[in-house]
Amino acid sequence: MGVMKRFTGIVQAKTNKLLDKAEDPRESLDLSYQKQLESLQKVRRSVADVTTAKKRIELQASQLQSQADKLQGQAKAALTQGNEDLAREALARRAALAEQLTDLKTQHDQVSAQEQKLIDTAQKLQAQVDSFRTKKETMKATYTAAEAQTKIGEAVSGISESMSDAGMSMQRAQDKIDGMQARAGAMDELLASGALTDLTNPVDDIQAQLNKASTTSTVDAELAALKAEVGTGAPPAPELGASAAEPAAAHEDSPS
Amino acid sequence: MIVRILGEGQYLVPDDQRATLDTLDDNLDSAVHSGDETGFAAALAALTTEVRSAGQALADDDFAPSDLVVPFADASLEETKALLADHGDSNGGDDR
Repeated sequence: MGVMKRFTGIVQAKTNKLLDKAEDPRESLDLSYQKQLESLQKVRRSVADVTTAKKRIELQASQLQSQADKLQGQAKAALTQGNEDLAREALARRAALAEQLTDLKTQHDQVSAQEQKLIDTAQKLQAQVDSFRTKKETMKATYTAAEAQTKIGEAVSGISESMSDAGMSMQRAQDKIDGMQARAGAMDELLASGALTDLTNPVDDIQAQLNKASTTSTVDAELAALKAEVGTGAPPAPELGASAAEPAAAHEDSPS
Repeated sequence: MIVRILGEGQYLVPDDQRATLDTLDDNLDSAVHSGDETGFAAALAALTTEVRSAGQALADDDFAPSDLVVPFADASLEETKALLADHGDSNGGDDR
């Protein structure tokens, strides 16, 4: 049996579940409309879920990016200090983060595509629900009981099928997002502590080495300055005394 | 006849296109059975393209039930098989 025929059966089965067997066909219009509003709510909530998933990935990417930038800066600082090995280490860790970032970007693209599809689904359903609302009042007013039976039944089946389609589209997006949500959860854990921070936390080792090198050079400079002072200058005490006396003398000289 | 492409919408396709659609559907069906991912994508693209070009999109205020339903245009073989498997037992069971 063909794929189309089986899909037709699947959609019909889903649609039948949405149909109420109201005694009065006019009543079934209102019941169906209620269901349409509920469907629309569900699709909208689903859009919000996907948007949240997208934002989460964006946040993770920006965290990884700032760590990568930090490593880049550290590599530069290490080179300035002439420590090429340290610079190399920082760049290697940065490359590992770049790989994670590429992966996140792929996920972001996929989630964005799902988001757009759901937005389209919501808009289409919204347009149908809107026109159904006006049409159902016309139907109630104009159809005779006999006409109502068939025409209303058809319209309700038709829009119910659209709701089934929207439901399937929603489920499909959800399935795709679920897998990514699991990965995003894992990434959050990695960012908080664990394997990823094995890459990024030792950044502090690099920082410690940079700090140590910079402290050492500051101390060396201060030491050299002190040595210069002690080695060449006169005994400190008289010099201090002399400098204290000078302003006093200047004071006396100045005209009032 | 009215044909729905899932996730896309409905088209009014002339009845004399039925044979063409059936042939394209047969190709899709064999790709599903043989598990041929590339063949599946090609057959699905051929079927959806035919529905769109031979048919006319229904307006949003046209609430007609469809005569035929085509899978999501960008469906993978895997998800199509999963959908068919999920519903295989509940819709008559004459699909084997």
